[in-house]
Amino acid sequence: MAKIEGPPAESPVTAASIPAIGHGFRLQWEKAQNAHVLLYAEGMVTLNGSAGAILSQCDGRKSAAEIAAELQHTYNQPDLGDDVLAFLRIAVDNKWVQLQ
Amino acid sequence: MNAAVNAVNTDPEPAVAPPFWLLAELTYRCPLHCPFCYNPVNFAAIKAELSTDDWIRVLREARELGSVQCGFSGGEPLGRDDLEILIREAHALGYYTNLLTSGVGLTEKRIAEFKRGGLDHIQLSFQDTTKQTNDFLSSTKTFDLKRKAAELIHKYDFEMVMNCVVHRLNIDHIDKIIEFALEIGAGYLELANAQYYSWALMNVDQLLPTREQVQRAEEVTQQYRERIGNRMRLLFVVPDYYETRPKRCVNGWGTTLFAVTPDGTAVPCHTARMLPGLKFPNVREMSVRDIWYHSEGFNHFRGTRWMQEPCRSCDERFSCLGGCRCQAYMLTRDVNAADPVCDKSPHHAVVTDMVARANQPRDPDAPRKPLVFRGAEESLAHGHDA
Repeated sequence: MAKIEGPPAESPVTAASIPAIGHGFRLQWEKAQNAHVLLYAEGMVTLNGSAGAILSQCDGRKSAAEIAAELQHTYNQPDLGDDVLAFLRIAVDNKWVQLQ
Repeated sequence: MNAAVNAVNTDPEPAVAPPFWLLAELTYRCPLHCPFCYNPVNFAAIKAELSTDDWIRVLREARELGSVQCGFSGGEPLGRDDLEILIREAHALGYYTNLLTSGVGLTEKRIAEFKRGGLDHIQLSFQDTTKQTNDFLSSTKTFDLKRKAAELIHKYDFEMVMNCVVHRLNIDHIDKIIEFALEIGAGYLELANAQYYSWALMNVDQLLPTREQVQRAEEVTQQYRERIGNRMRLLFVVPDYYETRPKRCVNGWGTTLFAVTPDGTAVPCHTARMLPGLKFPNVREMSVRDIWYHSEGFNHFRGTRWMQEPCRSCDERFSCLGGCRCQAYMLTRDVNAADPVCDKSPHHAVVTDMVARANQPRDPDAPRKPLVFRGAEESLAHGHDA
């Protein structure tokens, strides 16, 4: 798969990591944007479909591996583990998610 | 007619997106007397505040339109005893809710209720609370108050964000301001130079820093950035009189901000009600949707079609959008003029003259024009000049 440019390799996200939406951020569906958005102080990130789908699963209970399995099932996709990890690394770097 | 002007005449009608920000200026009442306040100079003559029900309707209507950020400000928004109700309603509607406060009047009972109601974010402003601006840093009252507010903000698990208005009288102490913000555990500190509107414009000669002061403050800020890393983010906003290109008015007139003033007058920017000849509707009489999309007040300066020269044929017009309408009006008495911060403006000398005055050596013993502090009496006395 295409290499996704993310933070350096020391990023602590692994398949066992349990992500939750970061402190000060709120994830919700916005009708006006027709997308999931992340709201934070004075700002908003409009998410693409896959980012919205992954973040919607970040409930502070499921591990990254479980999230990937859930999305594979929902979207009937082959192995999404690497994609989920790559995105979570970016998300941690941006403080959109924190690890439990 | 030259080609450039022809091209301007075909500037498209701007596409209008929903307002991103709803700014609810709940009241002009305020326990402070800041000489750089951006509230209208004649605020004391504006009395009839919207009711709780009016505000709830405004919150609903703006949310339906697509607003996602809601800011409660003022004056001092803690002056409204229905703030708890409004926060709860805004949160339930799906806004990200922001409270912009000086912390004066913040009690544990109130902050606990804000938390329960779903308040997302508090921005604590840090400014002089006394009439002795020169005692700014020795005012223990200010420091004690901010410490207490900061403790409550931490205790209730809000991110600590501070804003400090910077001016000639405090800019040389910027290191102490940064140290204090670090001490109380701020995650973010905005050092925003005063913008010269309303009260600040009356006091511009006393408040506008020298170029040297600005440079030094920027250097100190940069040294702190390097030293403290991620511990606290620092934003330094330069006074725009020291720039040669104007800033967009609130990210573009009628593009982002929907502000509602305490009496219900809706404006596309905090200070727009000073502009003559434009009618700004009141939310008591018109829906938020109609105001945003169909009112003269919101449509008039959208985009670039209203422009006259030198903006009209300027190739930068889509980036600055002509700059700030209020600044143009205040400094040139022409609402359609280019913002005179721009060095292409024929009125640019108004700004450079003020900057030159600020940079002249001052005799410390010479009698000084006193600062005008914001207050009800001063408002009634000076309101007609604004």
